[in-house]
Amino acid sequence: MSAGVSAPAVAAPPSAPSQGRGRGPGGGIRGREGLAGWLFVAPVLLVLGLFLVVPIAMALWVSLSDWQGQGSPFGNGVGFVGGGNYSELLTTPGLAQTDFMTSLRNNAYYVLFVVPLQTVLALGLALVLNGKRLKGKGFFRTAYYFPSVTSSVAVSVVFLFVFSSSGVVNSLLAKIGVDGPSWFADPRGVVHLLLGGLGVDTDAPPAALAGRSLGGLTLWDWLAGPSVAMCAIIALVVWTTAGTFMLMFLAALQDIPVEVEEAAEIDGAGRWQRFRYVTLPMLRPTLFLVLTLGLIGTWQVFDQIYVMSQGAPGKTTLTPAYLSYQSSFNNNEWGQGSAIAFILFAIIVALTLVQRFVLRDKDDGRERAAVRRAAKAARSGTGPTAEVSR
Amino acid sequence: MVAPRTRWTLGTAALLSLGLSACGGSGFDSGGSSATQASSGPASIKVLIASSGDAETKAVNDAAAAWATASGNKAEVIQAQDIAQQLGQGFASGNPPDVFYMDAGRFATYASAGSLEPYGDAFGEKDDFYPNLREAFTQDGKLYCIPKDFSTLALEINTAAWSKAGLTDADVPKTWEQLATVAKKLTTGDQVGLAIGDTRDRIGAFMVQAGGWVTSKDGTQVTADSPENLQALDYVKSLLASGVAKYPKQLDSGWSGEAFGKQKAAMTIEGNWISGAMKNDFPAVKYTVAPLPAGPKGQGTLAFTQCWGVAAKSANKAAAVDFVKAMTTKDAQLGFAKAFGVMPSRQSAQADYVAQFPQDKAFIEGAAYAQGPVKVAKIDQVLADFDTGLQGLPKADPKQILARLQTNASAVVGK
Repeated sequence: MSAGVSAPAVAAPPSAPSQGRGRGPGGGIRGREGLAGWLFVAPVLLVLGLFLVVPIAMALWVSLSDWQGQGSPFGNGVGFVGGGNYSELLTTPGLAQTDFMTSLRNNAYYVLFVVPLQTVLALGLALVLNGKRLKGKGFFRTAYYFPSVTSSVAVSVVFLFVFSSSGVVNSLLAKIGVDGPSWFADPRGVVHLLLGGLGVDTDAPPAALAGRSLGGLTLWDWLAGPSVAMCAIIALVVWTTAGTFMLMFLAALQDIPVEVEEAAEIDGAGRWQRFRYVTLPMLRPTLFLVLTLGLIGTWQVFDQIYVMSQGAPGKTTLTPAYLSYQSSFNNNEWGQGSAIAFILFAIIVALTLVQRFVLRDKDDGRERAAVRRAAKAARSGTGPTAEVSR
Repeated sequence: MVAPRTRWTLGTAALLSLGLSACGGSGFDSGGSSATQASSGPASIKVLIASSGDAETKAVNDAAAAWATASGNKAEVIQAQDIAQQLGQGFASGNPPDVFYMDAGRFATYASAGSLEPYGDAFGEKDDFYPNLREAFTQDGKLYCIPKDFSTLALEINTAAWSKAGLTDADVPKTWEQLATVAKKLTTGDQVGLAIGDTRDRIGAFMVQAGGWVTSKDGTQVTADSPENLQALDYVKSLLASGVAKYPKQLDSGWSGEAFGKQKAAMTIEGNWISGAMKNDFPAVKYTVAPLPAGPKGQGTLAFTQCWGVAAKSANKAAAVDFVKAMTTKDAQLGFAKAFGVMPSRQSAQADYVAQFPQDKAFIEGAAYAQGPVKVAKIDQVLADFDTGLQGLPKADPKQILARLQTNASAVVGK
């Protein structure tokens, strides 16, 4: 893509020296480069446009229409309903709103647990594998990466057995005297369970929370936390995806020059200090990549839900992606289904931007600000120029 | 020289328009241009089925091949992975399968969207099909499609557990009270009296027995919060609360039939499909089938049925209807019954069916008092929400569950 942008830009700088040599109007030695550039990127643009931009544009139209899934969405029986589908999901009280808000809550808790857990686990595994003294690195690398290359459907089915109420997990729990829950039938939220353990009556929750509602869900419901069933899915996803991210961290770790580590060691930095002030900052681009990929992936979770729970029990594993599918194909509400997809898109973009802002290179920003300040001062002819030379 | 930015815009715009025109041309079929019939010459039709297994796929394939040879047409049977999704895709692209299984629960949604061809009223011998089943596929006075077969719910009883608890044939429950009593007697340390599915498709039977249902008969009025329904849910709640009945998930099973087969439950309420599962997975477990006990307003059960849908946009409607005719003859239906255990939807086949499958008597007799699925367009998610409420029993308050159903269903019915 960047080739497409830069090619026309360099095509004819306004004061290009070649202009004077008279190689033809608008020509010059680089005259045809613009056209050639476009020609080279045309196949990619065409494919991307046809299979990405156009379908997205069509889905956007569907989300603004009352299309019934019958014939073309551009046919004459299809009406424009404006933001109707969106308002039904976001503001109009009703089942559509409750379902959507429930799915947002579920997915938010899911993201909140999965992203940090898988990132920390992946980083930890990568650090262990990067250790100099570890034997059999190849074996461990393969073992950790294995879940990621296995089909998610197969893994999901295996986990259904592992977490069944008489499955492996519960048998192990029974050995240490814990009566395990019937995982995939348990809609209770873990925060509720925790509060219940602390003495809050969960059957008659405090009126301050149960009485007030936001978007069709009471505050008490918003605070439920992931359900027991969702916890099992969280465990599964952390286990399967950590391997992929571990590889990314491992690659980045191996890219860090040994000299830097040694220099830090000579300067007297301890093990933790080396990790915190040398390794981690150098991993920042990878960390950003892993967090972004994790965030996007977790907000789009679909296959595990489709295979394992289909939103049950008690809608506590319903996610926007699955709800979008369900509204469109099972309920014939195509407009609502695509509206969910676009809201989900907006959420992902917004969160990625926030994350970019949080993870930005702060030294870099400070330096640039300093340069800007100095330049401004220089223009006005007052300020000291010392700051620039810093 | 054109500025880079303008070029970009121009390029993108050109690309978009190109893509859009390409789509308009081939991907979607706009308007009713395909309503024209290809009437002459041998037709080739596509049949989409949601098969229960190899036996069904083979039976339908064989029947389709026989029809193709006899009529000189071609029929391609496709087994769906996810029929709702595949049908939705077909209708959207304007190139749907000609004939397909259409579930009664989703019928109203597709009929009101105009996807189905209402061929039923012109279908010869349509009066031979059970009136309850025809009713399930009728909308606005038009019979859209012909019922393929059907299933009903009945009470399955584990004979060993039954006699062990000292019960005899005379104790087979006829009323709700008797059901509660025997369930209590059958509940032991490692076995509950009754396993019942946690959805409207099982618990709904009690609503019918109490004289209630989600909507009025014609599906125009929501009657969810009626006292009859409340009575039914209160009864189910009492069974669950006393521990004599449990949902299959509490018994470590995917469905009630599994719990029944594993002998974790002495009785269950399931349809005639259970006989196949028992034969394959739990051949050692002996059981009998009895009609569901009557409630305060008499007998009641639920009917599940599918019809042979024909697409409104099919180019070979005549051939498609002819195919349906061949699939719904008495002999064909009895053949399917033998091959994969469904019950024929023709009343004239009942006597033959009972003669061949005496153990299914309770199921097929249920046709007389069975209630079909809720027949309202786009009510799927409302009913799924109702199921979620039912899963909350026995803790949840039946009154609240029904009030919620009433509100949500009213919003859909009014549309």
